[in-house]
Amino acid sequence: MIGRLLGGLLGAIGGGLRVWLYNVGYATRMFFSMLRASFGLWRRPRLITDQIHFIGNYSLVIIAVSGLFVGFVLGLQGYYTLNKYGSEQALGLLVALSLSRELGPVVTALLFAGRAGTSLTAEIGLMKAGEQLAAMEMMAVNPLQRVIGPRFWAGVISMPILAAIFSAVGIMGGYVVGVKMIGVDEGAFWSQMQGGVDVFQDVLNGVLKSVVFGLAVTFIALYQGYETDPTPEGVARATTRTVVISSLTVLWLDFLLTALMFN
Amino acid sequence: MQRKSLDVWVGLFVVLGAAALMFLAIKAGNLSSFSLAPTYRVISKFDNIGGLKPQAPVKSAGVVVGRVAEIGFDDKTFQASVVLNMDSSYQFPKDSSLKILTSGLLGEQYIGISPGGDTKNLANGDKITSTQSAVVLEDLISQFLYSKAADGKDSGK
Repeated sequence: MIGRLLGGLLGAIGGGLRVWLYNVGYATRMFFSMLRASFGLWRRPRLITDQIHFIGNYSLVIIAVSGLFVGFVLGLQGYYTLNKYGSEQALGLLVALSLSRELGPVVTALLFAGRAGTSLTAEIGLMKAGEQLAAMEMMAVNPLQRVIGPRFWAGVISMPILAAIFSAVGIMGGYVVGVKMIGVDEGAFWSQMQGGVDVFQDVLNGVLKSVVFGLAVTFIALYQGYETDPTPEGVARATTRTVVISSLTVLWLDFLLTALMFN
Repeated sequence: MQRKSLDVWVGLFVVLGAAALMFLAIKAGNLSSFSLAPTYRVISKFDNIGGLKPQAPVKSAGVVVGRVAEIGFDDKTFQASVVLNMDSSYQFPKDSSLKILTSGLLGEQYIGISPGGDTKNLANGDKITSTQSAVVLEDLISQFLYSKAADGKDSGK
């Protein structure tokens, strides 16, 4: 009885591990064949701009509005904490550092996974379910080059732009709440920020982070769509998995990158 | 026509991103104070540097005239060796002295340089020997407490 239970458990673990290994291997293979297929894209940049419009421009409003409100909240909460130590002049520094180093890239990536990642998975998944990808292959068109590649590069390009906009709008939100509403000294707000934020250490590393997140989120979304079961339930599950996996990936990647960059 | 307007929107998106990056670099970051002006190196020894960090400013009369390049420890003299990158457009006499100061009560630490009277100026690789360590708050408090205790004994007699 116990032996059979143990055997079943081991079997389940082994089976799960095998599926996981299969996914990692297949994703790696797909990643490299996509990179190879992407070289042809330089001749048709239009494919990428179309996708930037779809992925980037349509995400702009949600990113900007979220950035504004995150900035508002940072202004309020930061003031509440700093006020206890009588150093509310450092509010600008607190808002700018937390946005450019952490919140900008991470929150943008999470929103990006929800806004753009899901739509990519659903689109590719439905293309697969409708056998459009198979039809392309029949016409000797490589779907990795025609469909997956442009979306991938558009995501990698859009993500840092969105994160930069998020951070900039957030700092303005912090400024509105801190200086205009609460009344922190305006000169101190900006000068402390400029004194404490380093262009390479903080801003550039934030941009690097957002590029890595863009790469991870977009590729996970595309892979989930490409690998989906070609059924309505399959597409639904793939879309859910996109959000779960890419959110978790962004969070642990963030920890890793922070530990590497700012030790 | 429809394709053209799409390109305009994508262009607007990219320009917005570039503007946001410029804003982060110049308005929020220190790109405006970042300079590639030629510098000369000056080496100095401190008994205690407190919380001084690399990239901390070197100021004279409140104006930034250089930055701390690197901080090391000399295990022959058991002192901190601090290398300064001084802006070449500012020249100081050879016998200038350095002092570690704090901006505000809890602010960041910087090096203050006060000019001496020598006719020769500091050159690349020169050493400054006249230095004054950082004020360590704990030392100050313990000095204050000891002197208080001594006062108490005297008045008790």
